[in-house]
Amino acid sequence: MEEIVQHLTPILKEIWGYIFPNEIELHWGVLIVLYPYLTGLVAGAFILASLVKVFNVKELQPTYRLAMLTAMAFLIVAPLPLLAHLGHPEKAYEILITPNSASAMAMFGFVYAWYLMAVLCLEIWFEYRRDIILWSQKETGIKKWIHKIISLFSKDISEKAIHFDKKWVKIITIIGIPSAFLLHGYVGFIFGSIKANPWWSSVLMPIVFLFSAIVSGIAMVLILYMIITPVRGKQLDILCLDKLASYLFYVMIIDFSLEALDFVHRVYESEESIKILAYLVSNKLFISLVVIQLFMGMLIPLAMIALIKISKSPPDLKKMVYFISAILVQVGIFSTRWNIVIGGQLFSKSFRGLTVYKITFFGLEGFFASVIVFCLPFILLYIFTKILPPWEEARNP
Amino acid sequence: MKNKIIETDKKVERRSFLKKIAILALAPIAFGFLGATDKLKTVKKWMLENGYIPSNHKWGMGIDISKCIGCGRCAVACKNENNVPKEPFFFRTWVERYRIYENGDVQVDSPNGSMDGFDNSRTTNKKMLRSFFVPKICNHCDNPPCVQVCPVGATFKGEDGVVLVDSDYCVGCRYCIQACPYGARFLHPETHTAEKCTFCYHRIVQDKLPACVEVCPTQARVFGELNKKASPLVRFLRMNKIGILKPSLNTEPKVYYANLDMEVK
Repeated sequence: MEEIVQHLTPILKEIWGYIFPNEIELHWGVLIVLYPYLTGLVAGAFILASLVKVFNVKELQPTYRLAMLTAMAFLIVAPLPLLAHLGHPEKAYEILITPNSASAMAMFGFVYAWYLMAVLCLEIWFEYRRDIILWSQKETGIKKWIHKIISLFSKDISEKAIHFDKKWVKIITIIGIPSAFLLHGYVGFIFGSIKANPWWSSVLMPIVFLFSAIVSGIAMVLILYMIITPVRGKQLDILCLDKLASYLFYVMIIDFSLEALDFVHRVYESEESIKILAYLVSNKLFISLVVIQLFMGMLIPLAMIALIKISKSPPDLKKMVYFISAILVQVGIFSTRWNIVIGGQLFSKSFRGLTVYKITFFGLEGFFASVIVFCLPFILLYIFTKILPPWEEARNP
Repeated sequence: MKNKIIETDKKVERRSFLKKIAILALAPIAFGFLGATDKLKTVKKWMLENGYIPSNHKWGMGIDISKCIGCGRCAVACKNENNVPKEPFFFRTWVERYRIYENGDVQVDSPNGSMDGFDNSRTTNKKMLRSFFVPKICNHCDNPPCVQVCPVGATFKGEDGVVLVDSDYCVGCRYCIQACPYGARFLHPETHTAEKCTFCYHRIVQDKLPACVEVCPTQARVFGELNKKASPLVRFLRMNKIGILKPSLNTEPKVYYANLDMEVK
């Protein structure tokens, strides 16, 4: 109680205009920024992986398994920020056992469970099954047993069985694409369906979320691939990088167009909320929206990739540009999530004032907690690559 | 023939296996549902013991803006009656002051939610066009967005039209606070569950008036039945031109304002 009062009292002085008294406390903080960011990476990495299996983009093969494991690592961590921000995390199971069928948020558990169990786990299992069996035959000790358990003690690696695996990987990927759309489109719907909030309430929200998710997923796999490969002492596959950068570029164009459409639509319709939103964008969100999200995260990477594609640049320069672009994109997409989640709570629903967001450092909803949540997927990914090495040379011939 | 039998056996096996999986998956939902209905029965029993039958009532409130003098007694009474934290960030009801100047500028404030009243000091020399006070409260919408979004069904609209929160069920996700267009909800800093005006439910089931209505010195607030002709609220609705807040959102509020100004949102 005292903590929250100490946190809120200085904010009283920083309020501009009039806000409802209950609005001084900003309810969804940096953890809820992380949540759509993390699920976006899951959906994006999965869509990238599905390009290999469904659309037969051969160049991306080196990143296929890495993308799947990345999606898995981020998906496992995704509900943690949600859980940590609840007033009563110990009651979270109620969302599963007494869900309110009218609530978009109540669907979370089901969409999440479907995606984790029916899509990612199954696809990874079918994809790796043959390799796991072969690895476990060669290994000894605990590793042998881990692989035996993961393979669910299956032993059949006859041609027929492998054919069956391959068929199912393809089928699951085909089911997985709409599921990934559902997973992240649904996160967009949580915000887009709040009619009380004009900054969120938009039918485009799920689609914008989806495409920015794909952008961030491709960029994340590109970054991971470019860091991990040299660390392992291997050569980067420049064809694969070129393809990744091309897809990144195309999806960013779509994402940019959608966001531009949203912007133009808002300005053109010029509804009741337009004045306060314009003030919000030109003041409180200027740095994070115009400078970071739009220029650093979108226009500069787009221009850099376009330039490098037009000019016949040497591979080393290409690699550098791709890497820097992907990092900028990552920062930009995080900023996008920030602008949506935090930005949507900075203005009053009386449309007469703005408040401020003061991040706390300690505690479950603080800065350090979110840094830990952000680092967890990378630790998980490291463990996954130890158990299920995604590298080409680890594949059994 | 033998092969065929084995195949059918396999099919039967698979079918019963899938059945078991489905039962296993649905069992917790069934238990949850049973638990929830059980709880509902307890609540109903409590009400009936008090002689209160929710379906016989439909509650609403009328607020006459021209009568409000901004004394803030309602906000004080509400906090005392309902154990609302005294800090200036948590309100079930509050009063706003609107000052509209000749040049079209609008100044709105609600220092400490009007708990200490309003002071007369002015920060500008602009000429005043009109000024008034607006008490705010949960609108007990007939189409409540907060109820729609609650993931666990902790907030609900009773048969008597009152929107309530079951703090035993509330997980503190705060989605309802985001969904409320009127800023009428807050998270209780001690219980960490969503809180809002209940029309003083503990009082109305005993045929008493909500605290804010009881203490209002000018009778700016009128509480009563919406479906009974003899009710003071129906008379209020008959005698006044009525406005509601944010009609475009189709929340269908059951708090009705007489003499509402276009600047009030």
